[in-house]
Amino acid sequence: MPSTTAFLLLSALMFTVGLVGVTVRRNMITVLMCLELMLNAVNINLVAFSQRFSSLEGQVFPVFIITIAAGEAAVGLAIIIQLYRLRNTVNVDEVTELNG
Amino acid sequence: MTDPLMLTGMSLALFVIVGAVALASSILVVSMRNPVHSALFLLLTFLCVAILFVSMGAEFVGAVQVLVYAGGIMVLFLFVVMLINVKTLPQEQKFTTGSLVGVLMGIMLFMILAIILGSGKWAPTVNDPDNLKTATMVKTTPVVDANGATVQTETVTREVVGNAEAVGMALYRDYLVPFEVASLFLLVGMIGAIVIGKRDLHASEEEAIPDFIAKKVHDEERLKEVIGA
Repeated sequence: MPSTTAFLLLSALMFTVGLVGVTVRRNMITVLMCLELMLNAVNINLVAFSQRFSSLEGQVFPVFIITIAAGEAAVGLAIIIQLYRLRNTVNVDEVTELNG
Repeated sequence: MTDPLMLTGMSLALFVIVGAVALASSILVVSMRNPVHSALFLLLTFLCVAILFVSMGAEFVGAVQVLVYAGGIMVLFLFVVMLINVKTLPQEQKFTTGSLVGVLMGIMLFMILAIILGSGKWAPTVNDPDNLKTATMVKTTPVVDANGATVQTETVTREVVGNAEAVGMALYRDYLVPFEVASLFLLVGMIGAIVIGKRDLHASEEEAIPDFIAKKVHDEERLKEVIGA
């Protein structure tokens, strides 16, 4: 098996685990962690392709993705803390007001 | 053309072991009920992925992964887990129809991805590993004669060597605008996190005074009243 495929397969598996976590878990903190897992899987993909095509772009974009992940985690966790203060819960199913 | 990521001997063993640990710990992140355990397994996953980055020759991304993910984001997660009292929260239901749908969706997504990977129909390999380690740095300095007029420009060309320097050159030269936008994004994110996370935006000054200080002030006033009377 070509080795790029091995890295891409690992990345696909990690992405799938992250997606299942986001849909299955009800604790908001764990959902955010699974999001980070998915972003990490994408980074593996980009670096593997960067090696395969000998192109630096694949190593520049992970830096930006890590930046976005840091901002997303900070804002998401702030929202979770405020939600916990207001409603005393971090369960995704109990916060459904925006459903309309 | 040969695969630049060809795994043989030691590197194959490293990939199999680290990849297996990364996958197992990512599954444990999802399946652990206590968020603290999830966070610690997430840390293990991040470190394994950093090792994979280094083994692929992307040392800079691996270092950023350890610094930002394992050092910054994980501390943030652990802080929030400890601010929120997990024990008082109602336990999650073990198994719901939603989780069945989620697992089915995951299996379907993985099948689609596996079919795409199996077809192997992507652009041909470019096998020039020097691209990732070197970049040309051009430095132009004007040469000025005695009258102050520019007579010629002297161009110095230097090859940068090493992955971190090559990525740095790409970041600061070809991707300068996205880089600055990213820093602006971080500033906006920081302000947003502070504003959202504040205890109460419209708290009046009196409420902001802690109880014990307010009590002391009250006692002193009371004492003045008694002495004055």
